[in-house]
Amino acid sequence: MSAGRDAIMGSLRRALKRGAEEADAGARQAVDRRLDEFPRGPQPARAQIPPAAQVDLFEAMAVEQAATVARIASLDQVPAAVADYLKAANLAPKLRLAPSPELENLPWDGQPMIEVETGRAEGRDQVSLTGAVAGIAETGTLLLASGPEAPTTLNFLPDNHVVVLKASQVVGAYEDGWDRLRETYGRGHLPRTVNFITGPSRTADIEQTIQLGAHGPRRLHILLVEDTESGNGPRDGG
Amino acid sequence: MDSSPRAFKANARAAVKDPQLKRALAHVKVGFIGKRAKAVARLPEFDALRDAARDIKVHTLDHLDLYLERYEERMTAQGGQVHWCPSAADARAAVLDICRRVGAKTVTKGKSMISEEIDLNQHLEANGITPVETDLGEYIVQLRGERPSHIIAPAVHLTKDLIEADFRAHHRHLPPERSLEEPRELVEEARGILRERFLAADVGITGANFLVAETGSSIIVTNEGNGDLTLALPRVHIVIASLEKVVPTLEDATTILRVLARSATGQEFSTYTTVSTGPRRAGDVDGPEEYHVILLDNGRSEMLAGPFRDALRCIRCGACMNHCPVYHAIGGHAYGWVYPGPIGAVLTPGLIGIEEAGDLPNASTFCGRCEAVCPVRIPLPKMMRHWREREFERHLTPRAVRAGLGLWTFLASRPELYHRVTGLAARLLATLAGRKGRLRSLPLAGGWTGVRDLPAPQGRTFHALWAERNRSTGP
Repeated sequence: MSAGRDAIMGSLRRALKRGAEEADAGARQAVDRRLDEFPRGPQPARAQIPPAAQVDLFEAMAVEQAATVARIASLDQVPAAVADYLKAANLAPKLRLAPSPELENLPWDGQPMIEVETGRAEGRDQVSLTGAVAGIAETGTLLLASGPEAPTTLNFLPDNHVVVLKASQVVGAYEDGWDRLRETYGRGHLPRTVNFITGPSRTADIEQTIQLGAHGPRRLHILLVEDTESGNGPRDGG
Repeated sequence: MDSSPRAFKANARAAVKDPQLKRALAHVKVGFIGKRAKAVARLPEFDALRDAARDIKVHTLDHLDLYLERYEERMTAQGGQVHWCPSAADARAAVLDICRRVGAKTVTKGKSMISEEIDLNQHLEANGITPVETDLGEYIVQLRGERPSHIIAPAVHLTKDLIEADFRAHHRHLPPERSLEEPRELVEEARGILRERFLAADVGITGANFLVAETGSSIIVTNEGNGDLTLALPRVHIVIASLEKVVPTLEDATTILRVLARSATGQEFSTYTTVSTGPRRAGDVDGPEEYHVILLDNGRSEMLAGPFRDALRCIRCGACMNHCPVYHAIGGHAYGWVYPGPIGAVLTPGLIGIEEAGDLPNASTFCGRCEAVCPVRIPLPKMMRHWREREFERHLTPRAVRAGLGLWTFLASRPELYHRVTGLAARLLATLAGRKGRLRSLPLAGGWTGVRDLPAPQGRTFHALWAERNRSTGP
């Protein structure tokens, strides 16, 4: 394609002592096999547990990383839970909503005080609300994927990021999250941006002391919808 | 401080006498080491993951040409463009070309050591484009006109009073009477200033922790979210990455991610791990319209051929420098180039030549902690020894050292003579040291005794003691 490419490839092939096509067939096979089988590495035992326990682990790990979690019984309770959050955090009743029908069709008219706008985030937005693809129990990590219904700017520009996560979306390991993406987008394909998010933004660049709210959201609030059998209604201390 | 590895000795001497640097570096010892140890203790699979991470890197390096081909194929299919750059100059030119074509005035930047390696900021500035570092540590270092002194904590050599002074000197539009004593206030001020820069930038440049052959993606790992604002807001996203960043699959990247944050900052997982694949898709309402990857060689394909291939496994966690007694004493700037600490001592001679960086592989006590904590098990001490051998072979070692080694070789190959000379020397030194058991100065050993006493032998050699022990416990 270019002189640069030829130079680098030539140098790599010399370094790896590549020969004729035939002799390299074995190497090509090894590469094809790995890409085809995408084997997993060692899986931490801590997340290889029953689904209900994974949800608890997800919550505990997320809270440890300074996220807040509120459990709610159904999606319909999201608007009221958002109103509670805005009140408790003393925030103006304004919300930038991801343009996803599932979130737009929630009973927002039950919260007439909240001014809801949809779309990508703009510089002055204080609070965003998005969905997620999965929650990774291993480290309390959210998995989000970009798309027309999920603009990436919502995850980073506003000071407060509120995420709706269903208990049925909680998986054990990151690899389970990749598998969900493969189901949706097909093997070898990803949307423009995939975000793994573990707690709110932070920095330790000044004398190794951790400060929250470096450039991204200062607060990450997770509304955990208990849509599975194991989660019947909100629990205490959620 | 002269920023060249040739000035290492002078730099190191100045660094150990700098009380401010000493205060700042104290945070490295207590912070990083303790946090890593805790994170490792919480994950029983940690060592198995290290083995797996090493195996992934070894396999990928053995098939680097093929994985790069696959990576390019996938990446291009998603609408991105790869720019193959053999040298730093090629990479600078490629970035500048893109910036000029889109008429860029300001460029926001996520943290990238490759950017340091190719001196990108200087090049952009010289061509009328303003680069803005957005990682807090990088931003501070850029204000000061310095280089990062650590690969993951660029401003670790600074105390907060110095940062406060820099902010007051540069942020003159803000009220001079404002309080900036707390780290929280400094972070808040930088957040406010950089927010405007993020929104105004024409091009966003990030590094890459991984390139993924399976999907043609680049992955960055950050805590601040600056990298994400850098890659999500401007019209163009440029990734600068070196060849060895490629891994086969998302699963392989995941295995390495499990050891990366724990080794680096002691976190279970970094706050943000972000996978970028091509430009924005049809229907997307945000994200860049163009996606470019600058793929830099700069000496790496040559390293792949020789005994230093294993150094290319490095995932840039910084654990080796966090645990290095030499780094603890002198900090990162003394090394004089982009990569400090043990990995720098191995990579720098590989990338810019042993003639330029000969002192670096000699700046080691061979305590072995770097290898003990390396998440991909790079045999760093062994590689530093390789470099020392190369120096010797190429007659780059100082004459006095060569003469000393020659004398030692002469003696060591004559056991009788060796026993007699060492026995005599041990007795002589013990006598000279007297009851204190320490020598304050010694001819030909001024390099040692100039800054510390030499503990003297107690009068007997190991051989003598061993022979005696065998006599008394023998049959």
